[in-house]
Amino acid sequence: MEKRLFRRINIPNSTDIEVASGDGAYAAAARAFGMRPVDVIDEVKRSGLRGRGGAGFPTGAKWTFAAVDPKTPKYLICNADESEPGTFKDRIIMERDPHLIIEGMIIAGYAIGAARGFIYIRGEYPDAANILERAIDQAYKKGFLGKNILGRGVAFDLSVHRGAGAYICGEETSLIESLEGKRGQPRMRPPFPVNAGAWGKPTVINNVETIANVPYVIALGAEKYSEVGTEGSTGTKIFCVSGAVKRPGGYELPMGTPLREIIYTHAGGIKEDGKLKAIIPGGPSTPMLTAAHLDVKMDYSSLVSAGSMLGSAAVIVMDDTACMVKVSYIVTRFFRHESCGKCTPCREGTMWIEQIYRRMLSGSGEKGDIELLLDICEGMQGKCFCPLGEGAIQPVISGIKYFREDYEKCIHGSMCGREKCGPVLH
Amino acid sequence: MVSAETKEKIRRAVRMYPDASAALLPALRFVQEEIGHLPDEAIKFIAVELNIAESEVFGSASFYTMIQRRPGGKHLIQICHNLSCSLLGAETLVTHLRQRLGVREGEVTDDGRFSYIRVECIGGCDGAPAMLVNSDYYDNLSIEKMDDIMTQYQ
Repeated sequence: MEKRLFRRINIPNSTDIEVASGDGAYAAAARAFGMRPVDVIDEVKRSGLRGRGGAGFPTGAKWTFAAVDPKTPKYLICNADESEPGTFKDRIIMERDPHLIIEGMIIAGYAIGAARGFIYIRGEYPDAANILERAIDQAYKKGFLGKNILGRGVAFDLSVHRGAGAYICGEETSLIESLEGKRGQPRMRPPFPVNAGAWGKPTVINNVETIANVPYVIALGAEKYSEVGTEGSTGTKIFCVSGAVKRPGGYELPMGTPLREIIYTHAGGIKEDGKLKAIIPGGPSTPMLTAAHLDVKMDYSSLVSAGSMLGSAAVIVMDDTACMVKVSYIVTRFFRHESCGKCTPCREGTMWIEQIYRRMLSGSGEKGDIELLLDICEGMQGKCFCPLGEGAIQPVISGIKYFREDYEKCIHGSMCGREKCGPVLH
Repeated sequence: MVSAETKEKIRRAVRMYPDASAALLPALRFVQEEIGHLPDEAIKFIAVELNIAESEVFGSASFYTMIQRRPGGKHLIQICHNLSCSLLGAETLVTHLRQRLGVREGEVTDDGRFSYIRVECIGGCDGAPAMLVNSDYYDNLSIEKMDDIMTQYQ
């Protein structure tokens, strides 16, 4: 398959505007300016492009909501707060093809009528932020950004806004709060950001990978773009494979590529030819799967049918040396740390779950702990203010569903040497 | 409180946004880059500079994990302890780091050189286990490699 998002990443000096434009960067922006904004949106709609950040919302529909809102000015934000554990796809694009993102932003801004864009990047990515800032400077100098882009009368200003360490800011309303300088806590929806987002104005927020697809939709046209992938999940997807595999890395493959092919062909199979035990298919917010699910196609609907989600497509692989109680503890510790504290079910629930896991791992698990964990999850399910809490219970519920045996053994003290769990509890 | 250069950076940031308070995260970063952390006087200074309440500055400063309210070591080690890194040995590295430095998480070594904190995923999972020293990124870590890296920071 011909690479799209990763097309330029191995070209030497690909972050340089001369090199990138020599390979075709910014040609799609020029082409888009020859179309009416409404036709650009229509092309994106017909391409079937869906959000790559986790929710899979149709990109063209999101753009329409903001475009038709009469309020001005409108804002466009690229969500580069890539923080779902196991995910590093956006970092690769930003560090190695920043002009693809800038071009995507120019086209998206033109389509929705936004003359101001921000790239909200997590603070832990200083290299990517510096590379983007340098690329933006180059784009201004070349006339691809500014008040009169390419002499076509289109205005678009773009800058990088660095976060300061908070997973919750990947959630779009928290991101807006953070951009405005506040604590990154989610807002009530509705109103949705497309109508009342940054500074109360219509705001479109798209993930880095979504934005990176936009120039290809315009360059290839909707029909050709959607020849790759499946009917409901068009285009390519970057799968970030990590954990117990021989070749961890980011792989750009057609949507719908079977999980087995991703793990065994592209990532080289299980480390030391070990036995596969569990897979997190789309980051820890998505329910775990087992070896029995290896033939699932990695696209939005197939993963839902398999009882999970595509999420950010962060494929984390565990071999049979992994203790699934410990795995869920590590992930719960993360969610407890990142819970913003705004709503009670998430703030208290993640803390209680973590405490129970700690008790189990330190050898003091009690009969009934499994039921207690599930009871807390039920108390959180559908009751948290934003998707963070909903994500936090997935590794607990799916962990118990598929690996109850590990839990029983942990509670009844016959599984393993306790000293192994010492370091993780410090 | 801060240099004229940092002040100018903050003022430039203010002009980038429709509302001055949006320059709060940039301001916190610029001041921290100069002083190393954010003491109470820095909170006051930023509040005046952006014309917002001190409580708002404090609210954000206390929310984000990269904002340090207390002085740290000359070099800050941030080691990832999330899942992908843990599956490939992050716990052993943390234990080694703790023993080598002889301090607890967040404390400064006697010579003032290092402090360390465990952090959540830093997007280095393709080279797990990974860590940051200040803003430098290191991956595929082993105990030996980590020791080598630390000798480079005096």
